Amino acid sequence: MSETVKSYSAADEVGAIRMRRTRWQRMMIDLKKAPISAWFGMIVIAIYAFTALFAPLLAPYGEAQVFPTPFAPWSMTGGGEHVFGTDQIGRDVFSRLIYGARNTIGIALATTLLSFIIGGGLGLVAAINRSWLDQLLSRFVDVLMAIPSLIFALMLLSIFGSTVGSLIMIIAVLDSTRVFRLTRSVAVNVVVMDYVEAARLRGEGLGWVMRREILPNIMPPLVAEFGLRFSFVFLTIAALSFLGLGIQPPTADWGSMVRDNASLIQFAQYDLTAAMTPLLPAGAIALLTVAVNFVVDWFLHKTSGLRDDH
Amino acid sequence: MTTDTENRGAKGDLLLEMRDIRISGFSDERWHEIIKGVDLTLRRGEVMGLIGESGAGKSTLGKAAMGYAQPGCKIMSGSIMFDGIDLVAASEADKRALWGSRIAYVAQSAAASFNPAHRLIDQTVEATVGHDISSDSEAKSDAVELYGSLQLPDPDTIGTRYPHQVSGGQLQRIMTAMAMSPRPDLIIFDEPTTALDVTTQVEVLVAMRDIVEQFNTAAIYITHDLAVVAQMADFIKVLRYGEEVEEAETRKMLAEPEQEYTKSLWSVRALEKPEDKSSEIVLSIKNVDAAYGNTVKVLHDVSIDIPRGRTVSVVGESGSGKSTTARVITGLLPPMSGSIEFNGETLPGALKDRTKDQLRRIQMIYQMADTAMNPKQTVGEIISRPLEFYHGLKGSQKHKRLVELLEMIELDESFMDRLPGELSGGQKQRICIARALAAEPDVIICDEVTSALDQIVQEGILKLLLRLQKEFGITYLFITHDIAVVTAISDEIVVMFQGEVVEQGLKSEILSPPHPDYTQLLLSSVPEMDPDWLDKLVDERN
Repeated sequence: MSETVKSYSAADEVGAIRMRRTRWQRMMIDLKKAPISAWFGMIVIAIYAFTALFAPLLAPYGEAQVFPTPFAPWSMTGGGEHVFGTDQIGRDVFSRLIYGARNTIGIALATTLLSFIIGGGLGLVAAINRSWLDQLLSRFVDVLMAIPSLIFALMLLSIFGSTVGSLIMIIAVLDSTRVFRLTRSVAVNVVVMDYVEAARLRGEGLGWVMRREILPNIMPPLVAEFGLRFSFVFLTIAALSFLGLGIQPPTADWGSMVRDNASLIQFAQYDLTAAMTPLLPAGAIALLTVAVNFVVDWFLHKTSGLRDDH
Repeated sequence: MTTDTENRGAKGDLLLEMRDIRISGFSDERWHEIIKGVDLTLRRGEVMGLIGESGAGKSTLGKAAMGYAQPGCKIMSGSIMFDGIDLVAASEADKRALWGSRIAYVAQSAAASFNPAHRLIDQTVEATVGHDISSDSEAKSDAVELYGSLQLPDPDTIGTRYPHQVSGGQLQRIMTAMAMSPRPDLIIFDEPTTALDVTTQVEVLVAMRDIVEQFNTAAIYITHDLAVVAQMADFIKVLRYGEEVEEAETRKMLAEPEQEYTKSLWSVRALEKPEDKSSEIVLSIKNVDAAYGNTVKVLHDVSIDIPRGRTVSVVGESGSGKSTTARVITGLLPPMSGSIEFNGETLPGALKDRTKDQLRRIQMIYQMADTAMNPKQTVGEIISRPLEFYHGLKGSQKHKRLVELLEMIELDESFMDRLPGELSGGQKQRICIARALAAEPDVIICDEVTSALDQIVQEGILKLLLRLQKEFGITYLFITHDIAVVTAISDEIVVMFQGEVVEQGLKSEILSPPHPDYTQLLLSSVPEMDPDWLDKLVDERN
């Protein structure tokens, strides 16, 4: 006992020094422990991403290529060369499903990113500033959120026109309100920490405080929100397309594909496969949403520190 | 209710016997042994002091005395017999019937233990009524009596208030009343006064000791403060790394500790720096008034002179304006009136008006090293930021300086890649010191930098600060409420009370009588290692 007291040294206070694992090593360890639902989600997302990236190579026909027979039957039941038949003006449904992945996911991703840049940036500024600017932004966001967003989006789209650019901008701005609220509320808890005060005392600028001191500490909820927000944006775009104000023809997207072929569902008693045609894009939307949520759930569980009982 | 006490065993009967307790905790993917085979015997009416550094396992052992293991911990082996009941074998329901009726627990932070939405008296009697020990009205009238014997003001009506309407010391006493309400056989006090000012601590200690004596209750008193335990306990058990170091009667333990470790605990308080006078003033606060939100005035006409290369300690209880003074100096809170002179020139009041060089020359070290470092940055990133920011160092130059700084704080290069979460409390505080040093400041403001640390670690940090002062001539403004730390480190002392400076002068002048009333109260409230100190103090004050 006496030796330990005499040879006291600060470096010995915490035992054996472990080497810091690299980011890659830590990620692999996490992946190994991921539950089956998360694996399912990740595989589905990977397949979607692959499809979206290599759409022109995977699709048997062109995106807007028109064939002579509209509403051609599926190849497995009615013969013919179209896997899932053709739509109301004779375009190959399978090819359009593949191209739809590219358009719908791409636009949803761009919109989500933009809404995080707008909402996250302003949320951080509001949390740090905490004065009139915070009040102004917060009340403005309250006003925006008070208006039902789908109706508001429809109104704005009819004012600015349904181009891809305005679609992305409008949905991004409307969705950034929720990102703003989340970012602000998690950031205000970090802003009061001593290390943020220490950075301000050092004379650091707003950019450093935002990026280096606060952002790394609020990442987990933001990443989780990113997944959820992506799902919602995706659904909003599909809904707008279904209503005819989203992505415009001839660009293929899943929302408008549901609408275009919706009438087929009435013929279920005559041809079951044809009736399933409008359900294919709907199923694609549903599957991706579920997959994203599985991954987000796993991530949330991992970062929230909730532990299963041992 | 007083008849209850007669039914229990007489003083001196065996109440709690723990044999070869082993408790493990789960972290880093495996089980670690936290308590490594400790025995504990407690008789009725006895108070046992459990002391040790943080991580010694005192709280874990204290909770195990209730048969409780906190989440992530497991009682692996050993036996716990409480008045003939085997607590290891007992079911959850059986244990729950004991907790809050026969065994009570008083936590460190009373403020966090009360529900802010309910009146105090309802919470005081909740366990008693819930366990059907007595009726609601009986329990309430008894609670009022308890409030009275705990020296609470207005015992009849204080219970109708909400937790935020009473002071911290009062809340801690009400929590003691809550624990005492069902007349338990055993109370476990887990650092009940650590969060209190010395002046309030005395009142709480007296109240707790008297009430335990009055009802012949056995108690386990967990603390890291030796002087406190000397007042409270009949005998003391010293723990270290989950093992018992020694156990003895309080007087014997204080007079002649047997183990080296215990002796080292005792000797920490002996550190004392010879005072040194200096005439050159580096920082001078002149007639400063400050307020939060322009309404609540916190500082009234505060003037402090800080000599170069010396340590000025600011002492006072919480709310006295010590930390606000620091905020004014750093520029976080611009003063309403008055000025701050630094190196002969007037400093702008607001942070944003100060130059980078002015900012560099005044650095700050915080009480909670945990929150003073970004948990996502490594030690290397934390210390090298001021090097880049103020001195523009890059690459190998920066690395060289970084290693130098780590050596200055007695750590080595291997710490560079660690995150703050992987350091001990003392190491964290050292990293904060290195970050301040990296700026090469004239003045370092230390805001309660040692109060969250164990005695031995505290001593290490104080010695480090003294050595750095000698080597680099740094000036410290040391904010603290711990008089032992003040004697250890300061040259001059400033006593503050309710936002005003009561006294300022050399250490020897301030610490020797005659004192103004407040200084007298503050100094006399600092617990001493003499087991009779509390009795003497109570006699004196009456």
